[in-house]
Amino acid sequence: MHESLILEKRRTQKAEWVLRLPSILYISLMILIPLIVIVQDGFREGISELIHQIRLPIAKHAIVLTLWTSALMTVINAVMGLITAYVFVRFEFPGKRLLNAIVDLPLAIPTLVTGVMLVMLYGPQQTLGRFLSETLGIGVIFAPPGIVIALLFISFPFVVRSIQPVLQDLDQTQERAAATLGASSWQTFWRVVFPALVLPMLNGSLLSFSRAVGEFGSVVVVAGNIPLRTQTAAVYTLGAVESQNRLGASAVSVLLISISFFVLIITNAIQKKMGAK
Amino acid sequence: MDQGKKGFGAWLLILLVVLYMGFLIVAPIVSLIQGAFQEGLSPVFRSLSSAALFQALALSLKIALGVVLIQLIFGTMLAWVIVRQDFWGKSLLNGLLDIPFAISPVVVGYMLLLLFGRNGILFPLLERFGIRIAFAVPGMFIATLFVSLPFMIREMIPVIENLDRQQEYAATTLGANQWAIFWRIIFPQIRTALVYGMTLTLARALGEFGAVLVIGGGVQGRTETTTLFIFRSLDERRFTEAYTASILLGAFSVTIVYLADAIKRRQKKKEEIKDLQASLSFKS
Repeated sequence: MHESLILEKRRTQKAEWVLRLPSILYISLMILIPLIVIVQDGFREGISELIHQIRLPIAKHAIVLTLWTSALMTVINAVMGLITAYVFVRFEFPGKRLLNAIVDLPLAIPTLVTGVMLVMLYGPQQTLGRFLSETLGIGVIFAPPGIVIALLFISFPFVVRSIQPVLQDLDQTQERAAATLGASSWQTFWRVVFPALVLPMLNGSLLSFSRAVGEFGSVVVVAGNIPLRTQTAAVYTLGAVESQNRLGASAVSVLLISISFFVLIITNAIQKKMGAK
Repeated sequence: MDQGKKGFGAWLLILLVVLYMGFLIVAPIVSLIQGAFQEGLSPVFRSLSSAALFQALALSLKIALGVVLIQLIFGTMLAWVIVRQDFWGKSLLNGLLDIPFAISPVVVGYMLLLLFGRNGILFPLLERFGIRIAFAVPGMFIATLFVSLPFMIREMIPVIENLDRQQEYAATTLGANQWAIFWRIIFPQIRTALVYGMTLTLARALGEFGAVLVIGGGVQGRTETTTLFIFRSLDERRFTEAYTASILLGAFSVTIVYLADAIKRRQKKKEEIKDLQASLSFKS
């Protein structure tokens, strides 16, 4: 009996490799090798050349523009995502189900199509676009505000969908206790509810930031490709590839990959902490 | 706690959310539809009969369906390996899976160029065998595989974690082989998730733009997918064609994702009813 168990175990161990080996090969070929190749290419001429490439005026402007538009989007998205999740979980109102279904639309719509839509709405020939530029002096299309709006559109679901399940499962006894003890609803929110939502909010915000830093389809249509004005890092990379500027393309790519990695490591830690709770 | 009596603040928040989502998400969608039909129906139908659009749609579908098939096999396999097996390097494997979510599609295309392009590492090898990957459909296929890789796996992992293992043990004891166990016991439990994962993968694959632009070059009639067709139409100021193709692509993706969502929700409800019935019969 004992021996047959050991034999059985050995056989299943062998059987496990039938699935394990192709899985490891697939991920190595698809993800690991391309990553190694591009990082190696970025450091081909040494780290000082990589830094030099990143600090060239056009590249630097593209990177700075990408970072600040993404950061601004992340702050707006965090606040609006929190409010939206709160309203969906805690209030009943007509049209809520429809609105809740709309939250996921940006995930289903190809981002290039998002760009086309925004040009249709805010373009200089459109009613709203003309109103904004002529009356208020705000240019949206081919300008940074357009980039921020595009990024807000594509990353809207991240914060909402990160907070919603946590808020749903939140035990309301503490809130009732706080209310009984005479706390205002504002105090209850900040002292009791908000602390429980900080981690999911951070998680969703960081995911949307990382998504925004690499965004291409919507941004290239909305912002165009004007160096030193509206060119983002991803669009810069495309230009560098097309003009055979291999050093520039690899350097900016390595920077973008590093940012994504950094954010991924933090969000993984946050998710682990959330799971432990 | 706020049911029934809602204060002024609650209505203010609701109004804020409705306005925000209305402006951010609904208004752009409406304006695209409005814009496409600005000059009536006939320009839209004329764009629909364009040969270039037809070719682009066919290529998009061909790539996307192939990608879904491969992702179905490898995604399920990877999810299984990650949930059921333990081995050295598993957490690295698990960490690598999310990278396609985070990397810019332009960088994805460029990575593949560094491998398969004219100055790429593998180019001499490919040339000897006369295989063309960069600026050709195979390269676009690989790029689409890369960007859509996590969807199937992330959809399958929780479902495989929740599988009822008692049934598997029982079947093994009764002498069923692996094949029978998979098709009779596991497959019925993961079917809905498979459909959902495939749909998400399909939508992502059809909408891919940056990566296929860089690796494929977007040559009309050869490496032009629907997104590349839209981009070129915008560039050449053939706006109605761009809008029509955008609506077509957007509406298709949204429809399949929401259909799959409906299937998933129905399945969930069924399971809840089943659980309830089981617990009731247990009590009586």
